[in-house]
Amino acid sequence: MNFENQGVIKRLADQYGPENLTVILGNGEANGVEVFAETVTQGDPSYAGPLAGVALKIPVYHVLENEVMTELPEKLRDEKLQLSSLVIDVEPMHQVLEASREKI
Amino acid sequence: MSEPQEKFLPVRVGIEGVSYSLTHVPDLVRYGSKPLRELRARPALGAELATRLRDFRAATAYAPHQVYIGNIAPADLGNLPKPWYERLIEGATVEGRFGDLVDQSKFYALLAGADQFDLVSFESDWFREHAATHSIGRAPRLRSLAEIQALCDKGALGLYDGARLVGAFEAAHEEDASLAAEVLLENLAGKVSAAHSLRLVLKQLALAPADIDFVISCSEEAVGDRYNRGGGNLAKAIAEDVGCVNASGSDTKAFCAGPMYAMVHGASLIQSRVAKRVAVVAGGSLAKLGMKFESHLKNKMPVLEDVLGSFAAILSAPQPGQVCMRLDSAAFHPVGAGASPQIMAECLAEKPLAKLGMKLTDVDRYGVELHNPEITVPSGSGDVPRTNYLTLAALAVMRGQIQKNQMEDFIRARGMLGYAPTQGHIPSAIVYLGHAMDALQRGATRNTLLIAKGSLFLGRMTQLSDGCSFMLDRNEE
Amino acid sequence: MLRGKKIIAIGERDGVPGPVIAECLEGAGYEVVFQATECFV
Repeated sequence: MNFENQGVIKRLADQYGPENLTVILGNGEANGVEVFAETVTQGDPSYAGPLAGVALKIPVYHVLENEVMTELPEKLRDEKLQLSSLVIDVEPMHQVLEASREKI
Repeated sequence: MSEPQEKFLPVRVGIEGVSYSLTHVPDLVRYGSKPLRELRARPALGAELATRLRDFRAATAYAPHQVYIGNIAPADLGNLPKPWYERLIEGATVEGRFGDLVDQSKFYALLAGADQFDLVSFESDWFREHAATHSIGRAPRLRSLAEIQALCDKGALGLYDGARLVGAFEAAHEEDASLAAEVLLENLAGKVSAAHSLRLVLKQLALAPADIDFVISCSEEAVGDRYNRGGGNLAKAIAEDVGCVNASGSDTKAFCAGPMYAMVHGASLIQSRVAKRVAVVAGGSLAKLGMKFESHLKNKMPVLEDVLGSFAAILSAPQPGQVCMRLDSAAFHPVGAGASPQIMAECLAEKPLAKLGMKLTDVDRYGVELHNPEITVPSGSGDVPRTNYLTLAALAVMRGQIQKNQMEDFIRARGMLGYAPTQGHIPSAIVYLGHAMDALQRGATRNTLLIAKGSLFLGRMTQLSDGCSFMLDRNEE
Repeated sequence: MLRGKKIIAIGERDGVPGPVIAECLEGAGYEVVFQATECFV
């Protein structure tokens, strides 16, 4: 996750309290999702960004995971996410993210 | 009330040819944006980086590079054993059907020759031995090693040949950040790589520089000073360097979609008869060298982002049977359209195709964002071409043109593996123009749709994404 | 669980961009406190 966004998330965690936040990702493939998740839960795994060594423990979801999709009105889902559902293979991401959420 | 049906006549602009070059600059990777920052923070990283730089032979024999310069077809890349950076191509040549690879010493000579402001100096012995044979343009500023070292001690950027310090690149102004050495090196590197490609395509087409009457540059630098940081018109500097005495120029900037816009602008100048022969050119992006170098080091790979990519295309009035741009198919992504990949695919593929009476399945080949996955996957950036192809296939499913289980077939038939270096503008569709023209000329394809996207939000002036597309086909005989 | 949480949307240009995630979650009644789109290339 780029350093600027890490910095913003850190600031928002200070402002709202990390227990009140959830991150929702839109990655196109699983490659890279694990690092994103780890960054906002356990800290930046590259130890280079603002979240290096900062374990916010904010739960991370992908927008196409069931847990998120079931929250969305059907019309909005169809209009905005139908194509992405065909393109993006959510299953491997779901496995990675669920494991990350369980660790919290 | 029904509108009268207008028959849209094809509007074609001829593409005489295109050339592609890769300038191999391993000792400039340290000045790429990411390496520059990381090496300043952790200087010890420099030693590790040095052990992972490829030599010219390895860069030449790298399969994606051979595809880039036209010696291997994109369709054949998938059959070659991986990893490509280990399984080098035997007998790979520096020259390709579309262009060439340029080695670093030659590049240094080109830098010297294009420098009109005494920015770059080279150590005399090294230059005479390694670079003089490639000298063109202005005579190089030659200095003793002690003088070069002194310049570097005062803040000039060191230019290296391996571990050997062989040159210095100075700032043009002590206080103007736009004239800092890093910025000017970036700009001059863009200028000379673009000029090299332009010279090459003119030679390939047996044209004289004087035959060009307009140059459009769509490179990725920002030429300017503190009062106008992106003033630009690098195009004219390139035109001058190549000797296009009858040409003026202008720059087209649109993040990665720049080259596609530049082609549309250039074609429009031809179509409107404002110009007779337009060169659309781009030099390489120094800033993007080594962008993902950390992941390459971590995965014990060579640093693959060690080349500057450039191209030059020549546009003129269409000839019978010639491969052309269908200017009437040019499509953009309007402000009000919305951000989703679906909407982008509708604006850049579905709608312009419908205008031509075509479906997504009527396109023989799509050229999209063709970043080499060997570079992007280790850093967690994914396979960009594949995601783009899946998006087009998914739209075809949603429109009932194919079944869901035919998506992979769609990609196989109409797509390809990425092979372009992550230079930003270069991978964005335009990289495929050479092979596309080849396939069209041979009759292997009837049409090709090129689609580029630009991440405007990176510039912090808008949250919007952007894109530009057009069709290629052959003019009637 | 999502309920009661404020949303940070980090999208990807070629995946699902930030503004689209934000629109979807806002449409579901959530407060999106930040959205961004990353571009990896």
